[in-house]
Amino acid sequence: MEQDKPCYTAANYKSDQSVRWCPGCGDHAILNTLHKAMATLGVPPHMTAVISGIGCSSRLPYYMNTYGFHTIHGRAAAIATGFKVANPEMTVWQISGDGDGLAIGGNHFIHAVRRNIDINILLFNNKIYGLTKGQYSPTSARGFVSKSSPYGTTEDPFIPAELVFGARGNFFGRSIDVELQTSQEVMVAAARHKGASVVEILQNCVIFNNGIHNAITDRSVRADRTIHLRHGEKMIFGANGDKGLVRDGFLLKAVTIGQDGYTMDDVLVHDAHTPSNFLHQQLAMMDGETLPLAIGIIRDVEAITYNDGVEAQVKEVRAKKGFNTLRDMILAGETWEVK
Amino acid sequence: MLEKTNVKVLDKVVVRFSGDSGDGMQLAGNIFTNVSAGVGNQVSTFPDYPAEIRAPQGSLSGVSGFQVSVGRGVHTPGDQCDVLVAMNPAALKQNVRFLKPGGVIIVDVDSFTENDLKKAQFKTLDPIAELGLEGFQIMETPVTSMTKAALEGRGMDNKSVLKCRNIFALGVVCWLFDRDINAAKRHLNKKFAKKPAVAEANSLVLDAGYNFGHNTHASVSTYRIETEDPRPGIYTDINGNTATAWGLIMASEKSGRPLFLGSYPITPATDILHELAKRKDLGVKACQMEDEIAGVCSAIGASFAGNLAVTSTSGPGLALKSEGIGLAVIAELPLVVIDVQRGGPSTGLPTKTEQTDLMQALYGRNGESPVAVVAPASPTDCFTMAFEACRIAIEHMTPVILLSDAFIGNGSSAWRIPEADEFPAIKPNYLPSDIDKTSWKPYQRDAETLVRYWAIPGTEGLQHRLGGLEKDCVTSAISTDPANHEKMVNLRREKIARIANNIPELTVQGNADADTILVGWGGTYGHLMTATDQLCATGHDVAFAHFRYINPLPKNALEVLSRYKNIIVAELNTGMFADYLQAKIPGKTIKRINKIQGQPFLVKEIVDSVIDLTK
Ligand SMILES: Cc1ncc(C[n+]2csc(CCOP(=O)(O)OP(=O)(O)O)c2C)c(N)n1
Ligand code: SF4
Ligand SMILES: [Mg+2]
Repeated sequence: MEQDKPCYTAANYKSDQSVRWCPGCGDHAILNTLHKAMATLGVPPHMTAVISGIGCSSRLPYYMNTYGFHTIHGRAAAIATGFKVANPEMTVWQISGDGDGLAIGGNHFIHAVRRNIDINILLFNNKIYGLTKGQYSPTSARGFVSKSSPYGTTEDPFIPAELVFGARGNFFGRSIDVELQTSQEVMVAAARHKGASVVEILQNCVIFNNGIHNAITDRSVRADRTIHLRHGEKMIFGANGDKGLVRDGFLLKAVTIGQDGYTMDDVLVHDAHTPSNFLHQQLAMMDGETLPLAIGIIRDVEAITYNDGVEAQVKEVRAKKGFNTLRDMILAGETWEVK
Repeated sequence: MLEKTNVKVLDKVVVRFSGDSGDGMQLAGNIFTNVSAGVGNQVSTFPDYPAEIRAPQGSLSGVSGFQVSVGRGVHTPGDQCDVLVAMNPAALKQNVRFLKPGGVIIVDVDSFTENDLKKAQFKTLDPIAELGLEGFQIMETPVTSMTKAALEGRGMDNKSVLKCRNIFALGVVCWLFDRDINAAKRHLNKKFAKKPAVAEANSLVLDAGYNFGHNTHASVSTYRIETEDPRPGIYTDINGNTATAWGLIMASEKSGRPLFLGSYPITPATDILHELAKRKDLGVKACQMEDEIAGVCSAIGASFAGNLAVTSTSGPGLALKSEGIGLAVIAELPLVVIDVQRGGPSTGLPTKTEQTDLMQALYGRNGESPVAVVAPASPTDCFTMAFEACRIAIEHMTPVILLSDAFIGNGSSAWRIPEADEFPAIKPNYLPSDIDKTSWKPYQRDAETLVRYWAIPGTEGLQHRLGGLEKDCVTSAISTDPANHEKMVNLRREKIARIANNIPELTVQGNADADTILVGWGGTYGHLMTATDQLCATGHDVAFAHFRYINPLPKNALEVLSRYKNIIVAELNTGMFADYLQAKIPGKTIKRINKIQGQPFLVKEIVDSVIDLTK
């Protein structure tokens, strides 16, 4: 190994704890991908912190050979925010489930995104509360039957991407637990992005919600029901690579190239870096029914981060005032001397 | 030098400025305080705000007060005032009960209009007769018209002119107490540094007020106030919340750990956030988070990252932070939680003082969740105890709750700025250099103090995982083993108990040999100390012990208390500290003095109750 630029392998990020998730749980694949993504990034384990809330998914930090903190339900975003402000040198990951991140932690989630704190939020969306054994979550569809909704829910779900855009987020990516390559690509991009990055990963809970994403993720339909967006490339998809997304007024439309007069020239090119989130939002809202579900990096736009803003202000004010100690500062104010 | 009729020489005097909440009474009071402190008087202030930001003008609910005591041996803002300034009928009506018999009332007679009298719910047009103020010395002062006259021809609009009325009243008070008018002007110029025209107008009005007193040779008592002989040094006027913020900064300097604050605004604690937000000039990172939970959680994250982490709030916010504090307990991370107590339950009395969060601080969490609790005794002691809270948190790897209150948080005193070496170094419990890093475990601890070592993230080779799940006491891995859990519960409790080895012992004031000991804690110190002095001076000997360290108690505390025949605990709640002590001293019945009115004690109440309880 070279002295000045150590290389890391996935194994360097793995702790010695045995992994306790159910066999077949989608979390295993996400964990392995994260180890690989970290090796690709090359940030040393001791410069990496992984902070989670509570839930099956939130157990993840124990399986990392980084600094890790398994905290309390819903609060990982706030804890990660404090950590990053205190030590901006480190790369900070937040691990949350759909309940942890969007129900009890929904407020912290939107504020972390709005504030643009430089953390990487991995949202494990299994549309269920796994750890508490199967209640519906804020991402469960209307009518979803679970232990706490025996007659079906009577409420509409959040679409995580919509919250991210509502909170004016600058990075949104999506993947599926079994799409290892895509997951790794999106995680690496999320970490390289400066600011709050949200990565939604559709995850299968084999025990309480098995197959919830099947309508989209099943091998037999996946190519037609998903589209892998890549910056600078045409938005094409389908088992034969002959389908594309085109503009239809203000909306999007899926077409087959060569049919109805559509040619490759009509197919849109993905621009993840354009500041306007208008198209990004439409892409992220595609649900796999009439339009394919988008995976990959949907939005990746640079903006000043909260932590950089804090550092810059501290530097500026310190230079201007020139105090070295508390005493200096107090003595510059109103005082009197008693001899 | 003015010739004054009737000069009284006093150890201390109490002045109460009162008016509409828009009348600038706090500013007038502050300037009077600063001018007095500047000539070596001890000062103690009590701002008494209404809960509404802008209640209807002239109404009884919109009255704002600022009481200050200046002189020698000043520990409290005083039970009653010698001089009352009342800017309108409502202020007069609300505040006359605070005036000593024979005291001086400076009242704006221009405000005695039918409309204003009606708003203050007077039934007649003669408020002085209606309130029965015969026993007082009334200085009928045309504050409004004289202020207008002083500013005539300056082209100011009526609203701006009226804004200077408070300074006219201040001028009269300065005359009454022979205060240096130029010192007051310096404060005005500083306050309005960015608005020279306003500063100039106020200076003129100040002179007008002063001259009014002089020219009318008002035949009321004037005063000469004795000055204290304070310790040499450089002084400043400081309120408790600012002192708290500065104590934290001092602790950051003394520990070498950068200061982080995660907070959410709440009365009466917000000024700590305001002050620390300004202190980016000293490298402080103060983050206004989205709620109190995020406040404490961001602090916990910052603590994990190696900062001196603090969250500040009041009672309702402390309730929201409970789960987070529990996380810091089990993760054994340093964390300072500041609760500037106010009246409860729920939103309660947001601007008023109480000591009703003691049980919440001690026990308000799920599970066996011990934390250290400390409480400052006075505005200036907020500096020392904020420092102490940080020292205990860092040296013992634990959350510490600092129980301040609205009275000392908003109250102010003259404070000698400590020299650089006056406070000790704070020593974080870092991994000893001889420890084997490869076998080190995060919950490994010092055998004597039971404190785990603090491995700061970013350090190579010390990666570790913390969490809210119970950990095995040897391997630090998650554990649900029954015996291990009990062992960890006891370890965490014993770790807090051993803090007693690292805090000062309890001292006894007053007459230590008396049969009776008066006991207090936190922000009531000034009143209890003054009451003790008065009791001892009038043949009712009492000892007095005041607690600033609540959990753990000082090592000698129970032994000291057990020496006395009568133990009387005085506190601004229904008896929480008394209950806490009673459980530790089962043999004796602890007597109690309690007040839950959102107001500080009056010295007289304590004196009378102690005499009563020891009859
Ligand atoms: C304050 C609090 N409330 C409730 C719980 C119980 N609880 C633990 S995890 C969880 C939901 C988990 O669902 P999710 O966040 O989607 O994670 P998953 O298990 O599906 O990965 C709940 C309700 C808790 N631990 N703490
Ligand atoms: S319950 Fe579901 S989410 Fe939890 S570990 Fe098992 S499969 Fe995974
Ligand atoms: Mg879930």
